[in-house]
Amino acid sequence: MATEDGHGAQTSGEYIAHHLQNLQVCKVDDAWVWNHCAGNPMAINVDSMFFSVLLGLLFILIFRGAAKKASSREPGKMQAFVEIVIGFIDSSVKDTFHGKSRLIAPLALTIFVWVFFMNLMDLVPVDWLPFAGQAVGISYLKVVPTTDINVVFGMSISVFVLVLFYSIRSKGLGGFIGELTLHPIAPTFKGPGIIAAPLIIAFNFVLEFVALVAKPVSLALRLFGNMFAGELIFILIALLGIWQLPLHFGWAVFHILIVTLQAFIFMMLTVVYLSLASEEH
Amino acid sequence: MDFNLTFIGQTIAMLVFVWFCMKFIWPPIMTAIEERQTEIADGLAAAERGQQSLDKAKSEADEIVGEARKQATSILDQAHARANEIVAEGKADGVKERERQLAAASAEVEQETNRAREELRGQVSAIAVASAEKILRREIDAKTHEDILSKLAAEL
Repeated sequence: MATEDGHGAQTSGEYIAHHLQNLQVCKVDDAWVWNHCAGNPMAINVDSMFFSVLLGLLFILIFRGAAKKASSREPGKMQAFVEIVIGFIDSSVKDTFHGKSRLIAPLALTIFVWVFFMNLMDLVPVDWLPFAGQAVGISYLKVVPTTDINVVFGMSISVFVLVLFYSIRSKGLGGFIGELTLHPIAPTFKGPGIIAAPLIIAFNFVLEFVALVAKPVSLALRLFGNMFAGELIFILIALLGIWQLPLHFGWAVFHILIVTLQAFIFMMLTVVYLSLASEEH
Repeated sequence: MDFNLTFIGQTIAMLVFVWFCMKFIWPPIMTAIEERQTEIADGLAAAERGQQSLDKAKSEADEIVGEARKQATSILDQAHARANEIVAEGKADGVKERERQLAAASAEVEQETNRAREELRGQVSAIAVASAEKILRREIDAKTHEDILSKLAAEL
């Protein structure tokens, strides 16, 4: 078990809490402060940012390397692998999204590979990087960026903004507002029914607004929940002493599925939301 | 677990990565894939065309060979006919030649026979004259009976 700052034994609760604490930095009274930022909205989770950007760069590096050397004849093994991934994304996107957009497929590719890499950090044994970090004086280190709610919401809100953008672009602002207010109960604007129209519109708006906002929230929380729970179970297994070995192996094998599946679901739902948004009525 | 600036940071990171992917990763790889697809399609089409022209060439070759075979057969037939003709001509010539030689031989034989007969006749008449002379020498003079003797020789 980890010991904090090298002195004293740690309880299980402390061990778990330590593993779930981000390395944070924030500015308090014009001075940079580490790790005393609870509740500070201006804090930055350095570990989440570092690992997510690092893994994003890894994605860029691998795929850009393949793209630069891409040739139609005699593809290398790396190019073949990258092409398999891209072909998979491309067919998934083409099956779902029928409009024309230069953005959707690269967006889906980035999301899939990036989220996959970030989830994959879950398979690094839970103590390795925090221990290494402590050895060089970093007291907290949470290595799986997708267990940070900021990271998943950062992505899902970006997707949500794109959904709004595509909705308004394909239906117009009026069409978008109409979609929010005129369904599922169509209000009447003629005769005595007009008295009930504002009520119906308000009712529709509440329903549709919740449905709209539920998209990014569910997108983010699904990924966050799966990865956070997975990470927590890894931490719990790590508390078991020698018995962690078979359990860790079993859970890791199962987690390979979750890692891939969650990355795929996040990518697929993004494409589905965007295709729904850009569908014309 | 709080919301903080990481949210903004992650959003910016995502925008940058997606932009980079859209600009520098997706298009070249898609181009390569599509180029290869067209190349493969072209290659398959070329192979198809090659197969077709091969089939055509094969059928043409078959036709030519058939034609040649037919010609060869007719040439052979002609040759056979000509050979038969030549043999027949040869036979006819042979028969003619044999007849000619036969005729010549029989003519020569006849000639020879006649000549031998003449000679024989002369010898016989000489012998007869000699015998008669021997006989008559005793009885008569040869000169007196010469006319009878020549008449006799003429009769022989």
